[in-house]
Amino acid sequence: MDGSADPPLVEVSDLSVEFVSREATVHAVNGISFAARRGEVLCILGESGSGKSVTLRSLIRLLPRNARVDGSVRVNGRDVLAMGARELRDLRGGLVAMVFQEPMTALDPVYTIGQQIGETVRRHTGSDRGAARERALELLELVGIPSAVRRLDAYPHELSGGLRQRAIIAMALSCNPQLLLADEPTTALDATVQVQVLVLLRRLQRELGMGMIFVTHDLGVAAEIADTIAVMYAGRIVETGPVAQVLSHPLHPYTAGLLASTVHGQHKDRDIDAIPGSPPDMRRLPQGCSFAPRCTRRSAACRTTVPEPRFPAPGRMAACLNLPVGAE
Amino acid sequence: MALAPVPVGSRFDPPVIDPRDRGGPAQPLLIARELRKHFPVKGARGKSVQAVDGVSFTVRKGETLGIVGESGCGKSTLARLLLHLVVPDAGELVFDGEAVGTSGGIAVNALRRQVQIVFQDSYSSLNPRMPVRDSVAFGPFIQGRKKAEARDLARDILAKVGLNADLFGPRYPHELSGGQKQRVNIARALATGPRMVILDEPVSALDKSVEAQVLNLLRALKRQLNLTYVFISHDLNVVRYISDRVLVMYLGRIVELGPVDMIFDRPLHPYTRALLASRPSMDPAHRIEEPPISGDPPNPIDPPSGCRFRTRCPFAEPVCEHTAPPLAEWLGMNSHIAACHMQDPGSGHSRAGRT
Repeated sequence: MDGSADPPLVEVSDLSVEFVSREATVHAVNGISFAARRGEVLCILGESGSGKSVTLRSLIRLLPRNARVDGSVRVNGRDVLAMGARELRDLRGGLVAMVFQEPMTALDPVYTIGQQIGETVRRHTGSDRGAARERALELLELVGIPSAVRRLDAYPHELSGGLRQRAIIAMALSCNPQLLLADEPTTALDATVQVQVLVLLRRLQRELGMGMIFVTHDLGVAAEIADTIAVMYAGRIVETGPVAQVLSHPLHPYTAGLLASTVHGQHKDRDIDAIPGSPPDMRRLPQGCSFAPRCTRRSAACRTTVPEPRFPAPGRMAACLNLPVGAE
Repeated sequence: MALAPVPVGSRFDPPVIDPRDRGGPAQPLLIARELRKHFPVKGARGKSVQAVDGVSFTVRKGETLGIVGESGCGKSTLARLLLHLVVPDAGELVFDGEAVGTSGGIAVNALRRQVQIVFQDSYSSLNPRMPVRDSVAFGPFIQGRKKAEARDLARDILAKVGLNADLFGPRYPHELSGGQKQRVNIARALATGPRMVILDEPVSALDKSVEAQVLNLLRALKRQLNLTYVFISHDLNVVRYISDRVLVMYLGRIVELGPVDMIFDRPLHPYTRALLASRPSMDPAHRIEEPPISGDPPNPIDPPSGCRFRTRCPFAEPVCEHTAPPLAEWLGMNSHIAACHMQDPGSGHSRAGRT
């Protein structure tokens, strides 16, 4: 790719986020770096507490007051961490939009769908009520909501879960964002609805040429939507690469373990290869590699050294001291 | 196509004689007949949520029956009906040959000694003000064991579920991880020595790496303790892995029932097919290009007339609107049946008998 002239849409380097309270400091994100390009879907895969949602929210500084953020976050070349309140408001919903997991709580129950989408349009483009309503209608049709005219005047509770999530997506797209952030947008949906929303998001991302960062805990969902995948564990990115390569030939033992422990067609008479133990306490991270206590490939050095990223193949990164033989 | 018969008992351990066994190995452990539960809706006179609407099935001793369906299909209400945590409006439950809650049958309290449940939310199903070992010991204590005895039992059971009783027993639920809490819930369910355990989405709230551990544990416990499971989940891959037979629900009714491999390899009902086709492939080279069906499941307050799936079914015809397709006759543990007009040659559906 000739992306050298074109800076990446998102550039994160050495980002750390800590949540400080009287009792403890939670080290949610610990010095991660990554980039996302225009027109590409980056999937951040991780289990609960891995820091994937905090990472996503850091991109638009949607974090609670007690968060201490360090490092640098650049979106479209602009330094997000240096922005003032007004600039941030312009950024959110304008250049960058976000789709949340729970469509009911992300919508205001006392306003109609049309009013909520219209409000966003008016805030960012300054258009009048009529034009905003037109735009809202156009968006509802874009995301495939049937009888869109009627749904403009519907309240959130009158819609099914799948339609609500489509309405949220419509709202996110209202000001033609260049970057769409999606935080487990299909997790709360039923299986037959989840696949509809995934197909829709993929189509919109392609047609509108947006960059998308999609956070999920589900390998199957990642396989459906990602171009590139970044696997997080205990606040660090442990592996990145093109999705097909990472899923077929994982380099990091955590990725490999996650693949083996996900139930998909294993033989019924055998146990599943579970990863032993549980993720570390984010208040007291182990020294060295955070995955070492659960790892089958660990050596003495893993307990003391935080593994540096290694790049065994073009486009692939793994932060592990004991990469599989032949990977390098 | 010749279907290999499922060899009876092949996946089960040799039957252990349980002194509580009354009906013998051929007697199903649980029979549900025409269970029904409608919840009235406040403020909408006469309307009700038809959570479970005439559901009949059988659970054989030693098997795992998987129940799948989307939200609102009534699978969790069904789980609660089986324990009388929600009292059915109509229908009958027979546990090991004895009718539940009738004179001459088995009392609900006695039923609950033999049937226990594990819920999805591992935190809210434990008492936050009780060390977990006391939560585990509570059931046996209530059922008449001495306090010290119940504590010893709790220690043993905690060890069985892979928790060190000295280390974890004195802790409170908030001091445990999700996987550890779910282990405690399993221990609590097993403490009364049940013969059957109803697992209502027991691994859905867990991370994948922990989910695998808990599934392995459940399988090991079933072998060791000769248990029978009813396993409810929305995750088809998990259900396929753990179940011997599968029951598919849609809006309060059974749409398909059969041995697990037949359900997954040769699904009969269009809903089951859509559900199976909606599973992500885990292979970026074979992505789902078109959603198998559109729309959401309808509201169970006003379910469609006739076949409840007809509003989303690609094969719906007028007959589906007028007549609810009955579930075909169930002929025993190997029978694979569906409630669809296309399966019934006499239904009048143009595709009847062709699939």
